[in-house]
Amino acid sequence: MSASPIVNDLVIRFANVNGTGSASANGLFAKAVFRMGIPVSPKNIFPSNIQGLPTWYEVRVSEKGYLGRREGLDIVVSVNPQSMPQDVRSVREEGYFLYDNTKPLDIRLQRNDIHYIGLPLTRICLAEYRDPRQRLLFKNMIYIGALAALLDIDFSVLKNLVQDQFQGKEKLIAPNIHALELGCQYALEHFDCPLGLRLEKRDLVGDRILMDGNAAVGLGAIYAGATVAAWYPITPSTSVVDSFDKYCKRLRIDAGSGARKYAIIQAEDELAAMGMVIGASWNGARAFTATSGPGVSLMSEFLGLAYFAEVPAVLVDVQRAGPSTGMPTRTQQSDILAAAYASHGDTRHVLLIPATPKECFDMMAEAFDLAERLQTPVILLSDLDLGMNDHVCDPLSWPDDRVYDRGKVLDAEQLDELERYGRYLDVDEDGICYRTIPGAHPTRGAFFTRGSSKNEFAIYTESDEDYAKNMDRLVRKWNTAKSMVPEPIFYPRSEPCRIGVIFFGTSTASTLEAIERLAEESIRVEGLRLRAVPFSEDVERFIEEHEEVFLVEQNRDAQMRTLLVNELGVNPQRLHAILHYDGMPITARFIQQTIQSQLASADTPAMDQVAEGGR
Amino acid sequence: MTYLRPAFAHPDLPRNELGYTRKDYESALSTLCAGCGHDSISAAVVQACHETSIEPHKVAKVSGIGCSSKTPTYFLGNSHGFNSVHGRMPSVATGAAAANRELTYIGVSGDGDSASIGIGQFAHAVRRNVNMLYLVENNGCYGLTKGQDSATAEVGSRSKAGSVNQLAPIDLVSMALELGAGFVARSFSGDKAQLVPLIKAAIAHRGFALIDVISPCVTFNNNPGSTKSYDYVREHMNTTGHFDFVPMHQEITAQYPPGSSKEVTLHDGSSVHLHKLDDTIDPLDRRSALHALQEYKASGKILTGLIFMDEDSQDMHQVMNTCNKPLNQLTQSDLCPGNRVLQDINDSLR
Repeated sequence: MSASPIVNDLVIRFANVNGTGSASANGLFAKAVFRMGIPVSPKNIFPSNIQGLPTWYEVRVSEKGYLGRREGLDIVVSVNPQSMPQDVRSVREEGYFLYDNTKPLDIRLQRNDIHYIGLPLTRICLAEYRDPRQRLLFKNMIYIGALAALLDIDFSVLKNLVQDQFQGKEKLIAPNIHALELGCQYALEHFDCPLGLRLEKRDLVGDRILMDGNAAVGLGAIYAGATVAAWYPITPSTSVVDSFDKYCKRLRIDAGSGARKYAIIQAEDELAAMGMVIGASWNGARAFTATSGPGVSLMSEFLGLAYFAEVPAVLVDVQRAGPSTGMPTRTQQSDILAAAYASHGDTRHVLLIPATPKECFDMMAEAFDLAERLQTPVILLSDLDLGMNDHVCDPLSWPDDRVYDRGKVLDAEQLDELERYGRYLDVDEDGICYRTIPGAHPTRGAFFTRGSSKNEFAIYTESDEDYAKNMDRLVRKWNTAKSMVPEPIFYPRSEPCRIGVIFFGTSTASTLEAIERLAEESIRVEGLRLRAVPFSEDVERFIEEHEEVFLVEQNRDAQMRTLLVNELGVNPQRLHAILHYDGMPITARFIQQTIQSQLASADTPAMDQVAEGGR
Repeated sequence: MTYLRPAFAHPDLPRNELGYTRKDYESALSTLCAGCGHDSISAAVVQACHETSIEPHKVAKVSGIGCSSKTPTYFLGNSHGFNSVHGRMPSVATGAAAANRELTYIGVSGDGDSASIGIGQFAHAVRRNVNMLYLVENNGCYGLTKGQDSATAEVGSRSKAGSVNQLAPIDLVSMALELGAGFVARSFSGDKAQLVPLIKAAIAHRGFALIDVISPCVTFNNNPGSTKSYDYVREHMNTTGHFDFVPMHQEITAQYPPGSSKEVTLHDGSSVHLHKLDDTIDPLDRRSALHALQEYKASGKILTGLIFMDEDSQDMHQVMNTCNKPLNQLTQSDLCPGNRVLQDINDSLR
C-alpha cells in the first residue's frame, strides 16, 4: 500500500445484474459519500432490459468538485459473473477488484497489476438467510458494508441513510443495518483497512442537493402550475411524468374531497400526447409532455401546427442515442436539429438547455412562461445523463413573489373595450398577438384556430399577401424571443485568451474540468455555455472575439454547429467540433486531448476534419 | 351569387331562453358544394344548440382535416374552433376537455379522418370517455382529394369515377359499441327531424357521444351504385324509433302508446323519450344494440336513430377524479406550493 493515501479522488464501478436490487444499495453508497460532504457524481450504465443483463453503476468522488465522468476505474465491485472478464480488464493498474470469492477466481481472470479483494458474499448470505430473495438482496448491502471499512466511510452515515430510506417500513431497518455490519466486519477482519484509496469527511457540498434531472423537471412543472400532462411511456423520459405524478399526489390533491387539481393522461402514442397538450393549452391550461427522440419525430406534425397556430406548448425531450431501435438507455445530445426545426414548412422552435437538475427545475418553470408569452412550443432539451442520474446541484428555490406570466390573453372586460379583435393582429409590433381562451366572452373574441390559411382576424383566406405577412410576423416574434430566453453563461479568464470553447447541457461539467486541466498546462481557454435557442448576440460576439473556437457536442454530426452556422451565419471554418457519440457521458480527458491535439496540428482542422470520439 | 350573409335580422326572430336568436348560432357561409349533406348537419347543430339554449361561447368546436372538418367554420360563429391535424381531432378535444370540464365540446370528423388516419385516436377517445359530441360526417369517400373510396365504403359500392370498392367497410358505430361508448347513434343528413333531437341528447349526455351521420357527397359519391347516395340511404334506412329530447324544465307533452315507449333521464335532469318501432332492439342494452346492427346489416338495411345509451357511464373527469373547478381556472395559489415546501423537498434530497 502506498504511503500517502489518495483521499477523496476515485472512481468506483459496481457491476451488477439487472433486477437484483443493486440500484438502491449502490445509491446508498453515493449518498453516503455526499453526506460525508464530498462531491460525488453517480452514473447508471444500464441495458435496455428488465432483468438479467449486466448493469453498472459508476461513482466518481472528487474533492476538487469535478462532476463529469472520468475514465480509469480505481475500484470495481464485481457481483456479476457474466461480465467478470470485462470487469477485471476495466480496472486501472494498481486498482482494486472486489469480487465474490465463494468460488475460487478463474485463473484466466488473474492480473498481476491489480489488487484482488475477495469477499465471500454468497457464503455469508447462505449462512445468514434462508429466503432466496433475501440472499440476493442482502448481498448488495454486504458489499456496501465492506466498502465502508475499506474506504473508511463513516458507518453512522450509512446507518442514518438506511433509517431514512426505510421510513414507514421500520421492520426493514435492522436487517439492512445488520447486513452492512456483516460486510464491514468481514473486511475489517481480513484486510488492512482502510485502503490507500479512501474517503475523508469534508464540508464541500454545503447546502447542495443530490437529485436527478427528470425529478426536477416534474417538480418544476408543479411549481409552474402545469395542470395537464399527456404522455406516452419512453425511456429515458418516463420518470419526468412519474415525478410529476408523485409530487401531484403529495401537493395537488384536495385534502377534503380527494379531488385532483391535475390531469395526467397516458396517451395512445406520442402524436396523441402532443395533440392533448395543444388542446389543453389552447383551452387555457398549462400543459406539457415528456418524450425522447422517437417521440419528437412523431410529434413533429403537431409541433408545426402549434407553431403556425401559435398555441403554447411545453415539450421535454430527454435525449438518448437514436434511432427507435437504438440504444434507449444511452445518452446523447442528438435531437438538436430535430427539435430546433421540428415539422414541415418554415418552423423553428425555442429550445432551453439545462445542465443541472436545478436548471431543469428553473427552466421547466421558465418554459411555461415563455410558451405563453411567445405563444409557441418550447422544448426543454435534457438528456439521459442529466435526466436519469443523480447530480449534486444547488438547492431549488422559488421566489414567493414570482407571478406566472400568462402572456397576452384578453379577458371579457378587455374584449368589451376593443373596437375589433384580431387574433393575429400585431398590435405591439413585437410579433406577439393577443389570444383569447374559449368561453371568455359571449359574443366577442371567438376565432377559428387553423394553420396558416388565415388573415390577421383569423378569417379564412388563401391570399398570398396575408400568408407572407404572417410569416414575416413570425420572424419578428422569433427576434423578440431572443431577448426573453436564458442568456448564455460566460466563463472568462483574467488574462486575454485566443481560444474559446462553446458547450451546453451535460457536456458542462467535463468541459469546465477540461478548461482547468488545460490551464494547468498553460493553455488558457475561455468558455461559453449555451442555454437556449434562439441565440443571443453574446454567442456571436464570443465567436468573433476568439481566434480558435471549439464546440463540444455529444453527437456525430455536429448538430449544434449546423444550428449556429444556420442561425448566426457563422463561417463553419471558425467552429472546431469536438464530437463524442458512443452513448457514454463525455469526459474531461476526451475534451482536453482533442483540444490539445487540434492545437498541436499545424493547421487547426477545418470543417471536414472534426475530431470524432469514442472513449 | 354573393358570399355575404345579410346583417339584417328580423326583429321578431324567435328567441331562446337566453334571448339569443338562431342568428347568434350561425356563422360564415359554407364553401362546400351546393347540396352537400354536411351543410344540413351544420344547420341541425345550429338548431339544436339554439333550441336547447346553450350559451354559444360555452361551446368549443374541434375538427380534423377534410370537408367535414371545414364545417365548424359554418356554425356557431361565437364559439372558439380549432381545425387541427388530419385524424387527430380526438386528442385535441381530449386535451381541451381535460383543461375545462365546463364547456361543451363538439368534435366534427369525417370517415377518412376517423376510420382511417385517425382510427387509433377515435378508439382511444371512446375508451377514455371524453365528454363530447363526436359527429362523423360519413360520405364514404375523400371529397377534398376528389373522391377516393374511404374505409367506410361498402363492398361493391361504386364511385362516380366507376371504381368498385372491394374492401370490407369499417363501421364506426359497431366499433364504438364494442369499445364501450355510452351514447351511440346513427343518422342521415337528410333527416333533420331525427338528427336534431339526437344532437340535443348527445350534448346533454355526460361522456362520449357518437353520432355517425351518413352525409352524401353530391359531387363524388351520389351516383347510382353508391351506397352513400341520397337515394340509396332513403330507400334502405330503417330507424330504431321516434326520438324526443326533453330539456329538464320542459313539460313532457308527447304521447306514446303504452308498452313501447322508454324514458331515460340524463344526469342534468333532461330526458330522452324513445318510441321503439322494432321490438327486437333495446337501446339500453349493448348486446341487443350490437345484435340489431348485425341483423340490419345482413338484410342490407341501414339502422338509424339512437342505437345505444348508458347514462351511468363514467366520463374522463369522473374516472380521473379531477376537481370540479375547471383546471384552466385554477390560480397560482391553487397550484404553486411555494418556497417553504420546496425547502422541505431540498432537505429530503440531502
